[in-house]
Amino acid sequence: MTDTQKKSFSIWDLANPTRFLSILDKIMTPLVILTVVAFAAGLYLTFFYAPDDYQQGATVKIMFIHVPAAWLAMFAYMVMTIGSLGTLIWKHPLADVSAKAAGPLGAAFTFVSLVTGSLWGKPMWGTWWVWDARLTSMLVLLIIYLGLMALWRTIDDPIRAGKAAAILTLVGFINIPIIKFSVDWWSTLHQPASVLTLDGPKIHASILIPLLVMAFAFTLLFTALHFKAMKNEILRRRIRTMQMQAARSVASGNGAVAASRATPSGQKPATTH
Amino acid sequence: MGALFIRELRLSVRIGGGALMGVLFFLIVVTVFPFAVGPDLNLLGRLGPAILWIGALLATLLGLDRLFQADQEDGSLDLLLLGDHPLELMVLVKCAAQWIATGLPLVLATPLLSLFLNLEPVGIAAVTATLLVGTPALTLIGAIGAALTVILRRGGLLLSILILPLTIPILIFGVSASVGAVTDPAPFDTPFYILCALSLMSLVVGPIAAAAALRGAQE
Repeated sequence: MTDTQKKSFSIWDLANPTRFLSILDKIMTPLVILTVVAFAAGLYLTFFYAPDDYQQGATVKIMFIHVPAAWLAMFAYMVMTIGSLGTLIWKHPLADVSAKAAGPLGAAFTFVSLVTGSLWGKPMWGTWWVWDARLTSMLVLLIIYLGLMALWRTIDDPIRAGKAAAILTLVGFINIPIIKFSVDWWSTLHQPASVLTLDGPKIHASILIPLLVMAFAFTLLFTALHFKAMKNEILRRRIRTMQMQAARSVASGNGAVAASRATPSGQKPATTH
Repeated sequence: MGALFIRELRLSVRIGGGALMGVLFFLIVVTVFPFAVGPDLNLLGRLGPAILWIGALLATLLGLDRLFQADQEDGSLDLLLLGDHPLELMVLVKCAAQWIATGLPLVLATPLLSLFLNLEPVGIAAVTATLLVGTPALTLIGAIGAALTVILRRGGLLLSILILPLTIPILIFGVSASVGAVTDPAPFDTPFYILCALSLMSLVVGPIAAAAALRGAQE
């Protein structure tokens, strides 16, 4: 293989992740600022605009963290599912990066919603935990997230790991509609859907508006963290490829010359494996 | 296809005690429960279906990691991948053989073990029926995990972590159907039909996903 061939090949192959990274660098700062502003607005509305509940008092404010976190927990799984479809069907080089980056974030949001839910449940329902359909399916979601993260970490080769995780993600997707409709199918302790219903939201604007602003802020936070995690993952894979390339050239016996040349040519297989 | 089925059956019966191993494990789980919850026969009668289902679930997981791994090690998995028949069908045949070798003995042992747990005759019939319908689903879903972890040297633990959350719906409806057969207001039919539906669904999803995972692992 001649040098020119190598060069054009590497440019063509790296074009996508590289362009992606440069776009990321441009939008990252505005995105972070926007997130901070949205959180400031959301928290202000939560504490000074939304009224206390006549029964629950100030504890109702937990809702403004709990509900967006739960939405985002499911949203992250949707992102993973779309990423998995991208991996398996279109073989897009960034799809499995996106899916992998969304996993820990989704697990974190699921955990936040479970913890805030139980902090809220203790004074309201008198118990930290009930085996109610919504709570149980959220717990299952958390376990699925953790299992997916474990699968990502156990398989060395990122492409293989991506495919395996994508298949499991698609199989586990069955849990998402179960979570969404669990409160309608099994009417247990958790209250039924009240924001996204066919008849429109069933709650008063003084609570709905802060809730939606908080949901928006959470979505921005997720987006910012997701992009950051994707960038880290791309860089991590580049380092891995460079290391392997360096090891390979040392092993092939060319010694110091090959090792010194390993870095520029090492970028080539970053997306080819 | 038939040859593969018979080969699989022979292998799974002969390896390491084969079918008896699963049943023995099932027996041990059922024996351990009364020690944990106390020998109160009424309590055991109420917990019985749940105990039997958990025992069957764990016993099914026991042999699953060998489903594709042995073939991967000796290279016969490559032959299956290169063969003329669709891989999905191969996976289905392997699952069928695996179920006959490990799942069916569990179902057959259930009536006997139910006696230890003080179940009524109706309850025994219900648990056996739900296990008959449900264990194939457990094997088929387990095949997905077995295929995902096929390239890992010690995939057994990860397999259980990946698979158990997916088997929870089967467990829920299996147990609620068996409990519904004994207690009066709760119905038997509805959860039983849902369990049948879940099994049929895993009949479709299991082989497709497992075959996709095997292809992904071989590249």
